[in-house]
Amino acid sequence: MSMIRSIFILLLFQLAGEALRALTHTKVPGPVIGMILLAAFYILRRREPSPALENAADGLLSWLGLLFVPAGVGIVANLALLRAAWLPISVALIGSTFLTLVITAWIMHRFGPRASIRGEGL
Amino acid sequence: MNWSTLPHTLSPGIVPLFAIVLTLGAYLFGVEVQKRLPHPLANPVVIAIVIIGITLRLLHLSYQDYFTGAQFIYFLLGPATVALAIPMVRALEHMRRGFWPMISALLAGSLVGLVSGYAIVRLLGGSQAVALSMAPKSLTTPIAIAVSASIGGIPSLSAVLAILGGILVAISIDPVFRWLKIDEPSAKGLAAGTAGSGLGASRVIPQHTLSAAFAGVAIGANGILTAILAPILVPLLRHW
Repeated sequence: MSMIRSIFILLLFQLAGEALRALTHTKVPGPVIGMILLAAFYILRRREPSPALENAADGLLSWLGLLFVPAGVGIVANLALLRAAWLPISVALIGSTFLTLVITAWIMHRFGPRASIRGEGL
Repeated sequence: MNWSTLPHTLSPGIVPLFAIVLTLGAYLFGVEVQKRLPHPLANPVVIAIVIIGITLRLLHLSYQDYFTGAQFIYFLLGPATVALAIPMVRALEHMRRGFWPMISALLAGSLVGLVSGYAIVRLLGGSQAVALSMAPKSLTTPIAIAVSASIGGIPSLSAVLAILGGILVAISIDPVFRWLKIDEPSAKGLAAGTAGSGLGASRVIPQHTLSAAFAGVAIGANGILTAILAPILVPLLRHW
């Protein structure tokens, strides 16, 4: 039962996110709004998620890469789009991604708090 | 017998099932390869995409055929995104202590991603349409498509770049952090989510609950920030 309850909660908040997105005509995807709503729900009510929900969430998240495979296969069909300007595209993609990673990591590392728990898995 | 049309010949209903089994099998194979060959390029997502791409071509199956089954795996991306709220709730105290550094890092990362993507394409002689398609590449794919359309980019190109950028982050995040000599799970999650959204962060999310929490914040905040920043910044960039 607790498994079904966890799936119900996640899908319910996704649905709420999709509904809010449709009502407000925002570009933010429904699941992202659902994520914000679910976090806000627990933070505002000062409650901890149940262990069953934590297990379901950790289970889904530990396979997150798999869930991107169908969309990833889709790009193979569209790779021809890159042919026209492959050099500026590849240099910009690699260069800009690297710069973004380094600047974000450096600011957070330099000014953010240290983790109190190290090496703990999801 | 033409074996290349085998899946269709057996039964039409077998194609979706075949697509699901193929996706799970190719990913599991990728995980095994990664275990034995701990090289960044031995990434399960990349390996699975290559195996599936080749298999579909050999069996003359279209992407539409494949998606009849793969959509069930794709669907789980929704609840998985919602599930990022759980590590966020767990990391609340850590986020309170690091609130301003987190906001500064997010803002800087969003700005750098947007402007440098555009600028490098222009510097190397790429067209403005390509440069504008590059600008939102760090965002989660649906937002990248929407932002691209609203600033005059090519939405389908932005979608491809968002996925390729995500793969690039998933592959390079561990080597880049070793090179930076930073071993901070919150910084890792935030950087991966800001630069490569969900796909980029899929590599670090299982590593640490703080990485998952900060990746969730970055995926949401970068999408919202860039959706606001892009229409303001892009007219300024266009002059150049």
